[in-house]
Amino acid sequence: MNKIMDRTLKERWISLHVENQVGVLAKVSGLFSGKAYNLQSLTVGTTEDETVSRMTICVKSDDVTFEQIKKQLNRMVEVIKVVDLTDLSIHMKEVMFVKVFELNTIDKQEAFNVARVFSADVVDIGKDSVMMECKLTTHKNNELIALLKKRFNRIEVVRGGAVAIESISTACK
Amino acid sequence: MDIAGRKLFVKALNEEKVDTIFGYPGGMVTDLFDELYKQDKIKVVLPRHEQGLIFEAEGYAKASGKTGVVLVTSGPGATNIVTGLADAYYDNVPLVCFTGQVSCNLIGNDAFQEVDIVGMARSVTKYSITVKDRQSLGRIIKMAFHIAKTGKPGPVLIDIPKDIQNTIGDPEYPEKVEIRGYKPNNSVHVGQLKKAYKLLKNAKKPLILAGGGVILSGAQAEFKSFIEKMNIPVATTIMAKGVLPTGHPLYIGNGGLHGKYAANLAISECDLLFSIGTRFNDRITGDLSEFAPKAKIVHVDIDTASISRNVVVDVPIVSDAKRALVKLNEWAERMDTEKWKKQIFEWEKNYPLEMKRDKGMTPQIIMEHINSNFDEAIYVTDVGQHQMWATQYLDMSYKDKLITSGGLGSMGFGLPAAIGAKIAMPKKEVVCITGDGGFQMNIQELATAVVQQAPVIICLFNNQYLGMVRQMQQLFYGKRYAATCLRKRVTCPKNCKGPNKDCPPYTPDFVSLAESYGIKGIRVENEDQIDAALEIAKGNRKTPTIIEFIIASDELVLPMARPGKPVSDMILN
Repeated sequence: MNKIMDRTLKERWISLHVENQVGVLAKVSGLFSGKAYNLQSLTVGTTEDETVSRMTICVKSDDVTFEQIKKQLNRMVEVIKVVDLTDLSIHMKEVMFVKVFELNTIDKQEAFNVARVFSADVVDIGKDSVMMECKLTTHKNNELIALLKKRFNRIEVVRGGAVAIESISTACK
Repeated sequence: MDIAGRKLFVKALNEEKVDTIFGYPGGMVTDLFDELYKQDKIKVVLPRHEQGLIFEAEGYAKASGKTGVVLVTSGPGATNIVTGLADAYYDNVPLVCFTGQVSCNLIGNDAFQEVDIVGMARSVTKYSITVKDRQSLGRIIKMAFHIAKTGKPGPVLIDIPKDIQNTIGDPEYPEKVEIRGYKPNNSVHVGQLKKAYKLLKNAKKPLILAGGGVILSGAQAEFKSFIEKMNIPVATTIMAKGVLPTGHPLYIGNGGLHGKYAANLAISECDLLFSIGTRFNDRITGDLSEFAPKAKIVHVDIDTASISRNVVVDVPIVSDAKRALVKLNEWAERMDTEKWKKQIFEWEKNYPLEMKRDKGMTPQIIMEHINSNFDEAIYVTDVGQHQMWATQYLDMSYKDKLITSGGLGSMGFGLPAAIGAKIAMPKKEVVCITGDGGFQMNIQELATAVVQQAPVIICLFNNQYLGMVRQMQQLFYGKRYAATCLRKRVTCPKNCKGPNKDCPPYTPDFVSLAESYGIKGIRVENEDQIDAALEIAKGNRKTPTIIEFIIASDELVLPMARPGKPVSDMILN
């Protein structure tokens, strides 16, 4: 019996609880590079328990590889818990700053309009430029960048990678 | 009273009942060696190279079932053990490896003999860590021994900076340790196992594929009882060779790349493959899409990550082999497999493992003499053609053991691993089966064997080539023997097609080499010299012996599955 496996690539999310120790980030990221897993984004920070760090990881993979990634992570001594966020109800945001340059008065008004529609804050302004601070989902940030690129001549972007947490309703279930 | 780190180090080894460590000194571990010098409980074996050292520790661990302990210095001492770490990681050998490190305040300064060994070892160890404060030293050593030996065993590395070794601190060595992220599986899902058993029971052509995990979990007796009760034929991976006596009526042989044709046909034709303790490495499966195409597959393995990675299975069971087999034995009932067995043994009869008998002293003939000369031995191989011949032709009983570098395939493994095995089990005969290529990779360990009075019997198969690669060149690369002839000198023509009368002599002369180590070297060129040579070797109770078997350069390991093809598609002769 030949088993047909779902080989389509999908975006998937993991919340990883790890020991807050030197080298753990290197070990986790080394796993992704060493085994050629397609890492999209990885953020890390401490939690309410200072001995525990939490990573939010986004990978693009097929079903089989994703199962393998979770197992490999679980095998690590420093990993305390692997939570697959892919099909859970979650809250997820990514911090992003965007500078938009070379704006005339009309452009500037347009930039403000875009910011308002995307719920981004305009946090800095120059003679012919503005800076937006966004706390959106990764997808929304992608859309915003695409729009700004299309509409304006030059932009500069820095992104923080997404952080995610299970929604309270999920955690209570 | 508080004690120095170096004293706690020795105390920890004592508490872990370590009787032997393999150590090579250097600037950053001199304090630890000094502490070892002051005691008598732990024997320190000094090899001649750190790569040989860690292979010795592996041989020691594999032969004794204990954890091998390694102590090397920082920098080059540490980098030299990396191959052995990877080897132990792939073959699940429990090792605790201590490396010295420059003092904490110098780390990151590119100090003399400073390397980030933890960074290098991360992907080839179960766990690796630099001790950053003296207070955690005891806990970390305890963790290391616990992690190395439990679950799926493997190597652990502890990097100890020089200042930590000399800092005074807590004298206590913890009795046990809790690690919240490390909970090795110690149960078996009975429901899943029952499901698997039902599939097995209802199969018409069941086959058991046993891997090294069965041996690692010490489940030989349970395994034998299970397959005998059920009356099911067995194929093994090379790591499981010896799990059943090779003459057992239910044993077919090894499957895989150089496995028996009958074993591979059985894998391809079975309707239920019950695999236990194997990770379905590509050497056993061949083309994955054609692996066991007619079978439902049950997979028992202790490592969740090994299940449904290479082969998608119908019934996955996460369990130690022994635990699963104990449970299965409660249910086991005899099955009627006579027709299926008849079919398999007919394949076996039609396609036996056999080399031509009219070509003088073939590897098979040498193996047959080795078989008849030893009742109870630990066989240790290097990597290459001789290794495959050993896995094909060695007869093994319950008393025998095979130690080989299966996963990583590290040339240079054989001699040091044999020395380590002999040190662990001095009363057992240890036979090192090696080739002229791999032997030279850690040839310096002959001195270790001499000074340790480790009388390993070295059966050196000399075909004057790096034979395994040469075989591929002969079969698939138009006989272009790039960089595989070990006789080739700068004076040789560039495009040589094989041995001829103008070939320069082989170097080194292994018999003279043996003499320079003060040991016996015997060159064997004909079958009638083999038994006498083995007799002499067996008589040497204090020193190793080199028996150099001169074999033909063009001898192939057959059968051989074609690269990228199903294992049932084999080159037979």
